[in-house]
Amino acid sequence: MKTKTKRKSWRKPNDLMGLAPAEYDLACDIMGREPTYTELGIFSVMWSEHCSYKSSKKWLKTLPTKARWVICGPGENAGVIDIGDGDACIFKIESHNHPSYIEPYQGAATGVGGILRDVFTMGARPIANLNALRFGDPSHPKTRRLVAGVVAGIGGYGNCVGVPTVGGETNFHASYNGNCLVNAMTVGVARKDKIFYSAAAGAGNPVVYVGAKTGRDGIHGATMASAEFDDNSEEKRPTVQVGDPFVEKLLIEACLELMATDAIVAIQDMGAAGLTSSSVEMAGKGGLGIDLDLDNVPARETGMTSYEMMLSESQERMLIILKPDRIKVAEKIFAKYELDCATIGHLTKTGRLVVRKNGKVDADMPIAPMVQASPEYSRPWKPTKKRKPVDAAKLPKHDPARVLQELMGCPDLASRRWIWEQYDHLVRGHTLQRPGGDAAIVGLPGRRKALAMCVDSTPRYVHADPETGGAQAVVETWRNLTAVGAKPLAITDNMNFGNPQRPEIMGQFVGAIKGMRKACKALSYPVVSGNVSLYNETNGQAILPTPTIGGVGILKDASKSANLALKDAGDTIVLVGATKGWLGSSLYLREMEGREEGAPPPVDLKAEKRNGDFVRGLIVKGQVNSCHDLADGGLLVGLAEMALAGRKGAELSPPRTDNAYLFGEDQARYVVTTKNAKRLLAAAKKAKVPAMAIGTVSGHLELTLHDGVRISVDGLRKAHEGWLPAYMSQKN
Amino acid sequence: MKAAIVVFPGSNRENDAADALERASGKRPALVWHKDTELPSKLDLILLPGGFSYGDYLRCGAMAARSPIMREVIARADKGTAVVGVCNGFQILCEAGLLPGVLLSNAGLKFICRDVHLKVANSQTMFTNRYSNGEVIRFPVAHHDGNYFADADTLKRIEDGDQVAFRYCTPEGETVAAGNPNGSIANIAGVFNATKTVMGLMPHPENATDPATAGPLGGSLDGKPMFDAIVDALAK
Repeated sequence: MKTKTKRKSWRKPNDLMGLAPAEYDLACDIMGREPTYTELGIFSVMWSEHCSYKSSKKWLKTLPTKARWVICGPGENAGVIDIGDGDACIFKIESHNHPSYIEPYQGAATGVGGILRDVFTMGARPIANLNALRFGDPSHPKTRRLVAGVVAGIGGYGNCVGVPTVGGETNFHASYNGNCLVNAMTVGVARKDKIFYSAAAGAGNPVVYVGAKTGRDGIHGATMASAEFDDNSEEKRPTVQVGDPFVEKLLIEACLELMATDAIVAIQDMGAAGLTSSSVEMAGKGGLGIDLDLDNVPARETGMTSYEMMLSESQERMLIILKPDRIKVAEKIFAKYELDCATIGHLTKTGRLVVRKNGKVDADMPIAPMVQASPEYSRPWKPTKKRKPVDAAKLPKHDPARVLQELMGCPDLASRRWIWEQYDHLVRGHTLQRPGGDAAIVGLPGRRKALAMCVDSTPRYVHADPETGGAQAVVETWRNLTAVGAKPLAITDNMNFGNPQRPEIMGQFVGAIKGMRKACKALSYPVVSGNVSLYNETNGQAILPTPTIGGVGILKDASKSANLALKDAGDTIVLVGATKGWLGSSLYLREMEGREEGAPPPVDLKAEKRNGDFVRGLIVKGQVNSCHDLADGGLLVGLAEMALAGRKGAELSPPRTDNAYLFGEDQARYVVTTKNAKRLLAAAKKAKVPAMAIGTVSGHLELTLHDGVRISVDGLRKAHEGWLPAYMSQKN
Repeated sequence: MKAAIVVFPGSNRENDAADALERASGKRPALVWHKDTELPSKLDLILLPGGFSYGDYLRCGAMAARSPIMREVIARADKGTAVVGVCNGFQILCEAGLLPGVLLSNAGLKFICRDVHLKVANSQTMFTNRYSNGEVIRFPVAHHDGNYFADADTLKRIEDGDQVAFRYCTPEGETVAAGNPNGSIANIAGVFNATKTVMGLMPHPENATDPATAGPLGGSLDGKPMFDAIVDALAK
């Protein structure tokens, strides 16, 4: 781009608040002069990677976002889908990676607070939280402290606001040593005709600030989250926000009460980039201008500058455009909850953001150019080199009993009970399927139906082959929802990657998006919301590419669900889906051979759809007693999980008992148990779904293979339940 | 039966409790905001629900205990109106002096949400008469500060007066440390006042009343007899 405005010499690259010099030039062009300090701060956060999606936009646009049941796709605070009976489900996932690494408790807590606000801003009552966490190698000196702090933070916030935390996943890998991932998801429910959007309307209408007071916390949080870490990252602690879940709880109740009236024109939470992004986005979407008088902003401390107020990321705040004659209604409701409610400005026809403080104009900038001309990069990318499949025949052979024992107690497969028992997963009283299964199920008061939800990603697959891994992440959520009997409806995605300015990282991003796109299309499973977190790197070391997918599905009849627990001795165990014995990029290969290599299991989307639709049909018809999808660790791990949940055993006679067959991670597979195997197998044949009986459920707490292998279920339980509590109780 | 649930800022299980009472009585109880200085007239039952009143920022329940409505709750309790406090409600009743003892941080210093087993210690009350003495039941807990404590004299008075309602126990019914999730003294999970008209407990009977949430992997229905007993006793 060409610079029309002459730059002063005093602004060196270090003074540009994270803007690239070319971006600064563009800002000067838009202003027709050099921006003031406050204006530069506003440009900096609005054009940060975190707020502008400048590296990812081009690719995100290629994702499928539409379906008959999608009411609102990406672009609003959260995605909205139609779930029948005039009800809508509103959900989104969002990262709080950088702050959680710097200050785990507050970083994670405010991550939960932020995503809750994104959802209730749209008029939804939040009914469930989920989270996907990634930590470094358990032996890394920081890992234990991060796990403890993040889990306590998520619990501390979610428990207090009274929204059950019903599901999630946690993994460990050395690539996260310098950058943990905290992805938080909220699912809410609203009436379809009472959804609130953020586009401002009506010049002259008051701009009303509600919630907590503004302080000097989280200033430039969005900019911090758009940069890599180095050895001095902990110096960035002042950019981390501090949460107050009690105020959030009051804010939820007050906003929902106000939403039940007709007072609101538009509403938006103050998240990343606080007052700046909320005011600019609301006015921008409405094609209007906005005048703010910062002297009226409720402040926690005196002497705050315009710059600090516009960039503060103090939590638990919302911006509302009210109908002018309804201010009293709002004031009364917020007074009831003892929350601030202040008119801090009004909408204008100027199309400009004007910020006043102490009678002085500190910023006066055109909104549309700032939003529309925000940088969009077509970053160079390099495709990830394809890996060869692993030849299982050339691997050493291990005793399946020992392998299973090790896998069930390894950091990535061990029980997460230590984590989810710190989360109130029962409040509201509608948790129909608790944590520990394939997907959580949450009932809706007064309705037959229920929502199923889960979060998944397999970063080692994405690292090995971004396109396959991207597709697999989508497919795994679809399979997990299917395994409880739900019809998967839509996803929210959280794209966690390294530095996009490196072509190989951008190649991972592009590949993952391509895979996700294919999977979403094939499964009619669109993306309705999401979030991108880039620059997850420390000293040039990037995380494994981690596209976390949050999936939501519906059960028309909540009583017709399935879970993974083996039920009655004598039930036939049926393996659905084809098994070749794929060990490339498997957990088996990593844990038993210490090798992270080989192509990941291929994803056959037609087989996924066919097998999944078949299994869901069985569940809805009540023809299976239990169901579990097969993923990490393959068939034997899946069976062990079913045995542990049901406190039962199994006598198994699979066609092969080699390690690849028992522990391979071939996709599109489920294990179901049934009283009527004949009927089930006949139906499978008719549906052209591979299925075979591989054993029976037994009352003895033992898994046996027909070739003589015997594995104690209690021994597995000890390994499975033991690892995490033992690890967390150690001192560094 | 006419029941009211007091809602404090930060309460979060008021609807769970209302659902349980409605399931048992067929009638939705009134929700009363804490700033109201009056309770509905002729109440048979006042319930203080679970949650984080005032964010639990001081001692749990300490601020709510001084809320305007509590003067009225205490006055009604003194006249014999039945009062139940669950979780945060139990903490509030202790802080308000309606029940003996106090709730400290869990011995493990962590929030705990899971099912626990309880042994019924006194089934001769309007709240517990559908259970039998020594019966083992299962309710979930969800708290960070459920570690019941009372000094030796108070404890003796509680024990001598049959004021213990429930004790934490193993699935087999042993009231030992292995069955105690939070370090409560004498495994106490819930207590009565001297006249057995006020009961507080940390576990959540209201979350053990819905058939939809019960099952082998889910919760129990063991809270139902408690709500049935209450409705029964107060129906007349």
